[in-house]
Amino acid sequence: MDSRRILVTGVSTYWGGRLARALEAFPEVEAVIGVDNEEPQVELERTEYVKVGAQHALLRRVVEAAEIDTVVDTRLVVDSSTTTTAKAHENNVIGTMNILAACSGPNSPVRKVVFKSSTHFYGCEQDDPAFFDETMRRPHPPRTPIERDIVEAEASLGEFAERNPQAAVTILRFANVLGPDVRTSHVDLFSLPVVPMILGFDPRYQFVHEDDVVHALEHGVKHRAPGVFNVAGDGVLALSEVAGLLGKRYAPVLPPWGTGLALGTLRRLGLRIPPEAMNQLRFGRGVDNRRFKAAGFHYQHTSRETVQRFGEHLRLHPVMRGGQEPYRYEREVEEFLRWSPHVKSARPRGAAPVEQPPPVAAETERRLVAAEQRAMAAELAAGKAVERAKKAERRAAEAALKATERAKKAERRARQAVEEATRDAGERAAPAPSSRPQPVEHYDDLAAEEVIALLASLERDDLQTLRDHERRHANRARVLSAIESVLARAGSRA
Amino acid sequence: MPESSRTPLSIREPETPGESLVPTEDLKRHLPGVEPERRLTDWGRSERIEGAFDATVAEFFYRYWFRAEIEGIENVPSTGGALLVSNHSGALPPDAAMIAKAIREEHPHPRPLNITVEHFFKGYPGFSVLLPKLGCVAANPANVQRLLYDEEQLVLVFPEGRKGTEKLYKDRYRLRRFGRGGFVEAAMRARAPIVPVCVVGAEEAAPVFAQVGLLKRLTGLLYFPITPTFPHMGLLGMLGYLPAKFKLRFLEPVHFDEQGLERDKALVQTVAHDVRSRIQENLWDMVAKRKSVWFG
Repeated sequence: MDSRRILVTGVSTYWGGRLARALEAFPEVEAVIGVDNEEPQVELERTEYVKVGAQHALLRRVVEAAEIDTVVDTRLVVDSSTTTTAKAHENNVIGTMNILAACSGPNSPVRKVVFKSSTHFYGCEQDDPAFFDETMRRPHPPRTPIERDIVEAEASLGEFAERNPQAAVTILRFANVLGPDVRTSHVDLFSLPVVPMILGFDPRYQFVHEDDVVHALEHGVKHRAPGVFNVAGDGVLALSEVAGLLGKRYAPVLPPWGTGLALGTLRRLGLRIPPEAMNQLRFGRGVDNRRFKAAGFHYQHTSRETVQRFGEHLRLHPVMRGGQEPYRYEREVEEFLRWSPHVKSARPRGAAPVEQPPPVAAETERRLVAAEQRAMAAELAAGKAVERAKKAERRAAEAALKATERAKKAERRARQAVEEATRDAGERAAPAPSSRPQPVEHYDDLAAEEVIALLASLERDDLQTLRDHERRHANRARVLSAIESVLARAGSRA
Repeated sequence: MPESSRTPLSIREPETPGESLVPTEDLKRHLPGVEPERRLTDWGRSERIEGAFDATVAEFFYRYWFRAEIEGIENVPSTGGALLVSNHSGALPPDAAMIAKAIREEHPHPRPLNITVEHFFKGYPGFSVLLPKLGCVAANPANVQRLLYDEEQLVLVFPEGRKGTEKLYKDRYRLRRFGRGGFVEAAMRARAPIVPVCVVGAEEAAPVFAQVGLLKRLTGLLYFPITPTFPHMGLLGMLGYLPAKFKLRFLEPVHFDEQGLERDKALVQTVAHDVRSRIQENLWDMVAKRKSVWFG
C-alpha cells in the first residue's frame, strides 16, 4: 500500500464512516483524517475529525498541513430523496470542485484521488446497451438533476486528472447498493410489503452489497488503479426475480402512462420514489463489471446473493429491532480518548482498532444473544411461537458462530499487527537517543523549573521526544507530568 | 451530444512507476459465472417461458401451420459465436421465431438464438416484459459484441430492420438497403462468421397491404399496417398468419479471422453488399422453384 496519510471526505455519511473505520485497521496507514460539515455517525478509533463547511473551501490548508497523499471522496449524493436538489447540487458539483482544487497544483502532496460515483452516470433510456462499460458515453444528456450532478462532477474529475498527471484518479461507479445498514430509496422500496412495479415492465437490476462497496473503496486506496470502474455484483436480475428472492409479491401498481401523476399520489401517501429511480423502474440498467475484476477486485456477493442477504435482514429486522443506542459524536470525549495522558490503553497505535473483535461483530453477537433470549421467552410463553423461536435460535446460533469466527480472524490479525508494531517500535526506539536531534539544547544541564518554563514554546513532536528523553535519563516526576499536561492541552487545541 | 456528457477519463497510464492495475488482458475470463439456481439469464431470458412458447406457439406454427422446410442447417456452427443475417418481413414478423425453432429442431447441437429487435419494444409495456424472456435483445452494437465475442452465442440480425417489415406486399422478396453495414463490422470485431439465411413464405404469411401514417402517429406504434387480419381483429390479428409454406435456407458462412478488419470501411461495404446479393439471389432461386405459395 503506497497510501499512508489519507483524507476521507464525507466522514459523517454512512460510506465515509465505514471507510474511515476500515482504513484505521491498516497498520501501515499513518493518519486518517475525516472531514465533513456534520459530526461522524460512527465511533472512530484514531481518525481525526475536522469540521469543514459544506463547500470544503478551506480544505487545501488541511491537505497541505497534514501532507495528505490520498484523498477518498465518498460524499457524492446519488439519491435525490435524501436531500433537496439545491443542496445536492451544492454538495455534488461545487463541493467536488473545491475538493479537487485543494488537491491540485504541482506542489500538492496528493498522489491519489478515489472518487465514489454512481452508475446513475449512464442514466436509463430505451436505447441503452444491455451492459454499459466504462468507455461508453451516455447515450442521452442527463434528464434528472442527480444525473446531471454526477456527470458534471465526473467531468471536473476528468479535467483534474488531465491537469495533474502526478495524481492517479480512480472513479468507482457503484450500482444500486443494498445491505442491512445502508438507507437508500431502493432499500425503502424493497422494504414495502410488496414490490411496486410499472405495469408491463420488468426492468433489469444490478446490485452491490454494502460490504463490497467499502471493500471496493479500500481496494482503490490500497492499489494504484487510475481510470473509471463500474462496481456491481455479478449477475443482472429482473425486478420480478428480486421480488421472488425477497419473498414478496410484485405489484404492478404504477401505470405505464402518466406514471408521474401516480407518483405524486404515492408521495402524498408517504412513498417517495426519486425520478432517477423511476427511469430505472421502467428501463432498468446493467453494467459490465469486468474491468474492476481485472484490476484485482473480488466481489464477496453476486447481485443475487446481495438481494438474498438483504431479504434475510428484512425478515430478521423486526426481531432485532431497538437493540442499541445510536452513536453520538461528542468532541470532548473524543479528544480525551485521543490525547489525554490518563487514557491507559497501552495499545500500540497501529494495532489499535483490531485488537478486539471488530465492534460490528461484537455488536451483532450481543444483539443476537438478546434475540435468542427473547426467542426463548417466547417459546415458554406461547406454544404457537415455538417453531418461530427455534428458527430464530438457529439463525442466532449460526450468526453467533460467524461472529466468533470473524472475531477469531480479527484476533489473529490483531496479534500480527501487534507483533509488527512492537518490532517497528523496537527498531525505531533503538537509534533514537543518539540520532534524534535534541529539541532543546543542553537539555540535561537545565533545572526542572527551567525546563517547565520552556515547554509552552515547543511543538507536539518535540514534546514527545522530550518526554521520552526525560523518561530514559533524569526521569523527574515533575517535569514528566508537566510535559503530559502541555501535550494534552496541545492535543485539544489541534 | 454536449461536451459534458462524455466519459471524462481516458485510460491513462500512471506517471509514477509502481503497481498499475489497469487491465490490459482480455476481459472474457471475467464474465460472471452461471448461478444454477437462477431461472433467468443476465439478459432477462427465461428458459421456462421460452420453453413454454417453444412447445406451444412455435411448435404449432413451425410444424403444422407453416410446415417449415430447412436446407443447409450444417452451415450454422455448433460452437463459438456466429451472426445469422436474414431477410425480414411481416407486421409482427414470424421469420425470427421460425429460424430459432429450426435451429432447435434440426441442428445436431441445438443452441439458443438471440434475436435482435428494435429498442422501441423496450419502451412498450408488455412487449418490454415478454420479448427479453423469449431471447430477444435490443439491436445495439455493444449487445451484439458481447453476445458474439464474449459469450460466444448465436445472434440473429435483420439488417433491413424496420425498412423490411414496413415494406408492402407488392415489394415482396426485394431486399431493402442493408443498413450501413453495421452487422458486418460487428461480426468482424468479434471475429465471428456471418451465416446468411433466406426465408421464403413469411411475406405471404403476413402480407402488408398498406401503412397508415396518421394512425401510426396516433397510436404511437412503430408502424400501423393493414393486413388481412389487422386492425379489424384487434391486436391478436397481428398473429393471424396465413398458412403459407415456409422454406428456410442457411448459406455458407463468411469467415473473418484477422483482427481489425472492421476499420477498413471499403471492405465492410463490400462484404455487406456480397452478403445481401447472395441472400437476394437465393431468395429468387427459392421463389422460382416454388410451385405453390401454400403447398411449396
